Amino acid sequence: MLLGELSEAFGVAGCEDEVRRVIIEAIKDHVDEYRVDSIGNLIALKKGTGESELKVMVAAHMDEVGLMITHIEKDGNLRFRPVGGIDDRILLSKVVLIGKDRLPGVIGVKPTHLLKEEESRQVVKVDQMAIDIGASSQEEAEKAVKIGDYAIFATTFCQLAEDGLRTVKGKAFDDRAGCAVLIEVLKERYPFDLYPVFTVQEEVGLRGARVAAYAIEPDVAFALEGTICDDMPKKKDVSPSTRLGAGPAITIMDRSFIADRDLVKLLVDTAEELGIPYQFKQPGVGGTDAGAIHLAKEGVPSATVAVPCRYIHSPACMLSLEDLENTVRLMKAALGRLVTRRFVD
Amino acid sequence: MKDMKELIKKLVEAYGPSGREEQIREMIKGEIEGLADEVRVDTLGNLIALKCGSGGGLKVMLAAHMDEIGVIVTHVDEKGFLRFAPIGGVRPLALLGGRVVFANGTVGTFGLEKREPENENKVPDLDKLYLDVGAKDKASVPVGVGDVACFQRPFADQGDRLLAKGFDDRIGCAVLIQVMRDLESSPHDVYFVFSVQEEVGLRGAITSTYGIQPDLGISVDVTGTGDTPEARTMAVSLGEGPAVKVKDGGMLAHPAVKDLLIETAEELGIPYQLEVLERGTTDAMAMQVSREGVPAGCLSIPCRYVHTPSEMVDHNDVLNAVKLLVALLSKPIELS
Repeated sequence: MLLGELSEAFGVAGCEDEVRRVIIEAIKDHVDEYRVDSIGNLIALKKGTGESELKVMVAAHMDEVGLMITHIEKDGNLRFRPVGGIDDRILLSKVVLIGKDRLPGVIGVKPTHLLKEEESRQVVKVDQMAIDIGASSQEEAEKAVKIGDYAIFATTFCQLAEDGLRTVKGKAFDDRAGCAVLIEVLKERYPFDLYPVFTVQEEVGLRGARVAAYAIEPDVAFALEGTICDDMPKKKDVSPSTRLGAGPAITIMDRSFIADRDLVKLLVDTAEELGIPYQFKQPGVGGTDAGAIHLAKEGVPSATVAVPCRYIHSPACMLSLEDLENTVRLMKAALGRLVTRRFVD
Repeated sequence: MKDMKELIKKLVEAYGPSGREEQIREMIKGEIEGLADEVRVDTLGNLIALKCGSGGGLKVMLAAHMDEIGVIVTHVDEKGFLRFAPIGGVRPLALLGGRVVFANGTVGTFGLEKREPENENKVPDLDKLYLDVGAKDKASVPVGVGDVACFQRPFADQGDRLLAKGFDDRIGCAVLIQVMRDLESSPHDVYFVFSVQEEVGLRGAITSTYGIQPDLGISVDVTGTGDTPEARTMAVSLGEGPAVKVKDGGMLAHPAVKDLLIETAEELGIPYQLEVLERGTTDAMAMQVSREGVPAGCLSIPCRYVHTPSEMVDHNDVLNAVKLLVALLSKPIELS
């Protein structure tokens, strides 16, 4: 499955080469042009039928959160820092793969037997952790690892459920899920010129999308995402952010932008008319490439559609293939109807 | 001096949280009809009115934001209570006991979950509050996830002192409209920008400034004061004149723009104050770094209790801000 290949590819922010190679392979026969810009975005063009003058940009980011080696200790242990938002609590004892050669290492942890009661209640901070690659000295470690090398979580992709939600598990669904959706979406031809853009460095500040939107100057833009899903049982009746299996999640407002109301209406109307399940993402949380795109030059009407993913920014995320396929259906249908821009009276 | 109270009342009582500026935009469009040579609404929703100059002047951009803070519904529970997220700088203490109104007229008030004794005297987090629109159950709630509300509070006229929600920044909008009315001739092409989404990150100013490419940018917005009991120290008081910004939390005003405002006030003999604001910023911050950079400054209306349903300004400061800007725009400008 292409999603599996994308999920397992190495692509921490600033080091997206491997993901880009996988995507180029997947899209090259389906687009009219593609290029890699100076920051590393993969920008493709799928020419339209000529029916519409619009230029439409659809973005999904290739990068994932991960780690960067910052220091090699005398004993051969590797100090590191997160790249992008990672909760310290999920790191201890995880297996990671360092650099393009995927050198395995383990984030060391003190055995439970030796923990003082007080320690067991504390969160170990990332600056107190180290990756153990089994080296016995700094010299030995330096032969295999350099400062600045990236590391990813060593997570294999697999399908957990064949029926029902058809749940899969893997790393980096934020945003390889969006990449997978975009790869399907660009296989069709639309009334307008479609610019599929696989961006870099979203996790460290929407940096790739900013320059891509500046270059493309789109009339309309969409960001495709793998988004927060917190649908585990809770004591309080509050928002789950999104629910697995409830369909593509449409953003109304997050920390990075307020979605264009006409585009939200287009998405909702399309979903309702075609009977595609959809949900609104909990407003006010998260941010996507749309945050940078909508402020490009004189402004770009933008919207975000996302596949709900449990446990994002951790070694193992989960999503429903039903949601993913419904996101593809919704995007294809909505883009097919996107000829003029104003829908709200 | 002319009275601006009628215009101010109309503007402050209008609905217009960030992202939902369509009602206030229509109202302002009506107020400025016939006053500009060109009026347009850009992609993000900024209302841009151009008053062409007699020639030889600069391209000047004046900006005041139409949007106000508010809340957005994040969840409707089984019993019909709503959870919400803030739009802009909404503080829990400013919500309790207040009312908000949605675009469809639905009114809600805020409730607070029970608190453990050790937290009773602490300011609650926003997620401990809920919004009650008086619904009996989930099915009868007339609004949904993503709907947006702003404060509901009538304008009060106490002579010089005015109270209302939304002076931030409808008072700036009122100043711009009045300047458009009073400005008889100017050598400058003046772009009056009623911007959107200032409260969530100066977003309207970012795109509108890019489009206009002004030679000079001035925002008109509110600022805090230090004239209340045990206030944070700040040398700005209500009624002592509009405040010329020196710096705030996001920008250093361009010295030439600051000096231009000061010189104009002194020539006219109207009171002014110098403003150093520790936290917060205005559209001028976005203007300043647009494209290759724009000399930018800000003329502030001193305002107490900013971001509460009862903000307070002095009418004379507003009138003097108008006089200052009209005079500034009526003469040739040389930025040293």
